[in-house]
Amino acid sequence: MTDSSFFSSALELRLPDPHPLHERLVEDAARRGLLDVAYCTADTPVGSLLLAATEQGLVKVAFDRQDHDAVLAELAAAISPRILRARSRLEPVLRQLDEYFGGERHTFDVPLDFRLARGFRRAVLDHLPAIAYGHTESYAQVAAAAGSPKAVRAVGTACALNPLPVVVPCHRVVRSDGSYGQYAGGEEAKRVLLTMEAA
Amino acid sequence: MIVKPFEQIVAEHGPMVLRVCRAVLGPADAEDAWSETFLAALKAYPELPSDANVQAWLVTIAHRKAIDVTRAQARRPVPVGEVPDRPGRTEAWNGDLWDALARLPDKQRLAVAYHYVAGLPYREIAEITGGTADAARRAAADGVKALRACYPLEGAHS
Repeated sequence: MTDSSFFSSALELRLPDPHPLHERLVEDAARRGLLDVAYCTADTPVGSLLLAATEQGLVKVAFDRQDHDAVLAELAAAISPRILRARSRLEPVLRQLDEYFGGERHTFDVPLDFRLARGFRRAVLDHLPAIAYGHTESYAQVAAAAGSPKAVRAVGTACALNPLPVVVPCHRVVRSDGSYGQYAGGEEAKRVLLTMEAA
Repeated sequence: MIVKPFEQIVAEHGPMVLRVCRAVLGPADAEDAWSETFLAALKAYPELPSDANVQAWLVTIAHRKAIDVTRAQARRPVPVGEVPDRPGRTEAWNGDLWDALARLPDKQRLAVAYHYVAGLPYREIAEITGGTADAARRAAADGVKALRACYPLEGAHS
């Protein structure tokens, strides 16, 4: 045994999860304005959701198939690498997601940070909450509502790239023939959400 | 370029920094030093060059924070009859080894902590503690020798 391996085994220390030191770091960071992005995951009927929030509000919701680690790396590059796993900032949206998947909530009421969507994509997202729970609109209808009736494809892109799926209901936008169409969470997730809302 | 979220830095290096803080300061002050180290690191992280050695960077910060903690202690009156906190056996911390480390002269303890616990080369250690790489190597060797004399480093060789 080398001295190095002796020391690392004799001084073995693991950080249990959640570790009080990690909690303290999160609290200190938030108090000093250094927690640029807080994130956690939630188990839902559409799989594990990654939830990330800036000081302004919820900034990203991502499905498992989008690869949470890759999404966090994107957030580090696009927003700030000062990212910590911190549930407290996400508590309100976690509670509301629970209520939503329990069928008790039809709209979300948490601060949203739309910095990851700009221009026309942002205009589309602004319209989506107007599609009521249990209802759907076609891509063409949304294009018209967002002020560009011809931009049907661009609406599809805006929905596919929606940084806040589920909370900003892009799943309520479907094909004119009534079929579900594509979804960031996969077509099955879209079916689960629309079936639940139709019940 | 891929930027690692800071959470990943904490997960990858947090246990190592805690071991270093314990080796340098002892268990009672290690947690304060760890917290101060990672808070300072979080603040400076966006400016860290992408090719930086994260381990050496963190140990450098921890070294400074440990000095702060030691200075603050020196200003505090020493409580009479107080026994330093020691974690229980369940925490997998070997109290005897800590005692032995605590008895080493500062230079030796730092060299042992930064080389054997943090895994830094002597050149990096010299940059953190001052002095030369050779001096750091000698201090670490003397430290390990002293530890061997009072603590059974079973099967260890340098």
